[in-house]
Amino acid sequence: MCGFAGKYSPGATVSAQAQQLLLSAMLSPISHRGPDETGYYCDEQVALAHCRLSIVDPAHGQQPMVDPSSQVVLVYNGEVFNHPELRQTLTRLGHQFTTHCDTEVVLRAYLEYGQSFVQHLNGQFAIVIWDPREQQLLLVRDRVGICPLFYSDTRDGILFGSEVKAIIPAMMDSPRLNLAVLDEIFTCWTPLGSETVFANIQTVQPGEMICLSHGRRQHWKYWSFDYSPQKNAMSETEWAASLHEELTDAVRIRLRSDVPVGAYLSGGLDSSIITTLINRLSPERLNTYSLGFSDPDVDERCYQRMLIESLNVSHTECHVTEEDICDAFAESVWHAETPMLRAAPVPMGLLSAKVNAAGFKVVLTGEGADEVFGGYDLFKETKIRQFWSRQPQSESRPLLLKKLYQYLQLPAQGQAEYLRAFFNVMLDQPDHVLYSHMPRWTTTAKAKQFYSDDLNAALQTSALSRAEKILSSGSSMSSFQRAQYIESTLLMPGYLLSTQGDRMLSMHSVEGRFPFLDHRVIELASRLPDALKMKVLNEKYLLKKAFASQLPPAIAQRSKQPYRAPDARLLKVLVERDDIREGLSESRIRAKGLFSAHKVQRLMRKARSKPLNTSESQALIGIISTQILTESFGLTTL
Amino acid sequence: MSDMEIRSQLRAFILENYLFTDDQNALSDTQSFLKAGILDSMGILELIAFLEEELGVMVAPAEMVPENLDSIDNLMAFIVNRIPA
Repeated sequence: MCGFAGKYSPGATVSAQAQQLLLSAMLSPISHRGPDETGYYCDEQVALAHCRLSIVDPAHGQQPMVDPSSQVVLVYNGEVFNHPELRQTLTRLGHQFTTHCDTEVVLRAYLEYGQSFVQHLNGQFAIVIWDPREQQLLLVRDRVGICPLFYSDTRDGILFGSEVKAIIPAMMDSPRLNLAVLDEIFTCWTPLGSETVFANIQTVQPGEMICLSHGRRQHWKYWSFDYSPQKNAMSETEWAASLHEELTDAVRIRLRSDVPVGAYLSGGLDSSIITTLINRLSPERLNTYSLGFSDPDVDERCYQRMLIESLNVSHTECHVTEEDICDAFAESVWHAETPMLRAAPVPMGLLSAKVNAAGFKVVLTGEGADEVFGGYDLFKETKIRQFWSRQPQSESRPLLLKKLYQYLQLPAQGQAEYLRAFFNVMLDQPDHVLYSHMPRWTTTAKAKQFYSDDLNAALQTSALSRAEKILSSGSSMSSFQRAQYIESTLLMPGYLLSTQGDRMLSMHSVEGRFPFLDHRVIELASRLPDALKMKVLNEKYLLKKAFASQLPPAIAQRSKQPYRAPDARLLKVLVERDDIREGLSESRIRAKGLFSAHKVQRLMRKARSKPLNTSESQALIGIISTQILTESFGLTTL
Repeated sequence: MSDMEIRSQLRAFILENYLFTDDQNALSDTQSFLKAGILDSMGILELIAFLEEELGVMVAPAEMVPENLDSIDNLMAFIVNRIPA
């Protein structure tokens, strides 16, 4: 990953020295994204700054990169993994290259194909191109939202950057909290649209291109998830072979690098497949990294060790204690630039620190497999609730939920009645676009009981009604596809790949690469019949079929265990810390005005004396992180 | 302990532990804990522990059903006359 920042202000007259000062102020807060070198570009309309994490052709490919003949200039964060093939194609078309860097390939692809250049890229990227010939500025983000790109409108143009903290130094007004987006996060875990929790700062959406030219702005989606299952097109075996081939190639091209590449190993199916493929494709001994926790409920080390032994990799374990997570919590919020409802991102930041300390800059991980191939328990829950909705009075059907969530502690008697109470959400509307996520979002939204009266009064519309509106296009999908669509288009870019992904990697100058999110793999998965993603309640069925023979049986047959931090144990430690107690003191809570001080005190008291349930734990972590965020960024709240 | 004191103790437990308030208006005596989302699975077990440990009412497995535990009124009907003297 690299970082960049810039300003587009046609018609403004600013001295070169002032532009340079501004760019330095914008780039400085994101220098962790690219510690290897920096570069600047200024002309009368555009100012660009870039910090580089050098991975491909480190000696060349400096940015911003300018094409000498057209004066088109580009800044770019990310990787285009098919750059050698694209370079060959462009060379055949008459282009000449002076570096071996993928940046030059991206620039030349634009010069050749214009705005459709992005369709030729296989990778993860956020790109800004200034084309003085057309007087046109383009902002582009990869298909699924791996690389971040934010922008903010100004009176005479636009500011942009890889993180919000790059934009704030150039804003005229002091930053404000976007209350509606805060409410979205406290309901759905993620912003629902292009707005961020910082008022007047938006994100370029995954798969979106924005074009600014002659005072006009156009947005368009050049790619989106399209679930169009092919019925009876291929046998299971043929699908599995096809998937094996595509995923192997996705891994192969993600090993392209001029610096060593490592891998994350969680002990689950997805990272085990990736690690196994790397081991087969690369002659070098692979370095792997994993998290370990003392809490046996979330620790997966026994599975990690199984794979380490079978693959003979060089492994580094990052053992994380509750105290480690507490120590790193505030810094993680600063990097994440968002309230968090779980502490799970924090250990990922500690892991990337370990990778950085070992001298590595790049890791491959298994992120995205659950969204693309249907791995989450939520997909099973949706399927069970669909089955139950066909006979709502059934005593036995809701009991399947107990089988799914074995950790649910229920009294011995009346289990069906309790499950009915907990999961009977929209049971009479199984085709509703929010059907799959309503139980989860209803649980999360209980955190709103801690809102202050002022915050409640300031909120105009409910986050759920906005979610319904945004997701209405999914009404023609099957319920399974709708659940996948919500996970893939909202939670994956808004939480998994950002708060828990890019931000926790880039804070220690590490780049993540995600073979399951190669668009060829996604498009193959989108053509699969639902039953090949989840056969009855067997998740990621086809993925297991394609790779089971290459994995230790215990891993291939293992049920999905979601990655979690030890939130229950952690909260007991967190609420005893002086900095947290002070941060949640009555005066500091009242100063921000977002939460009810006396309710927060009671929640803290409960956390000190007994375990919190899921919604209380999410609420407390959400409140703590919101207070840290608003104070550390100096956000005006109400 | 009088019925009124028991009711008051039950209300205080629910208000403090699940609604995080001392506002008596936040909970009516007929309000279903499950329908209002006040209790989840962990909350039900906590409530049973409270009945047993604080009020001395032993709850047999067959009695752990929502009709006994799902509101202040249901709880009162269930535990009245069962609290040890």
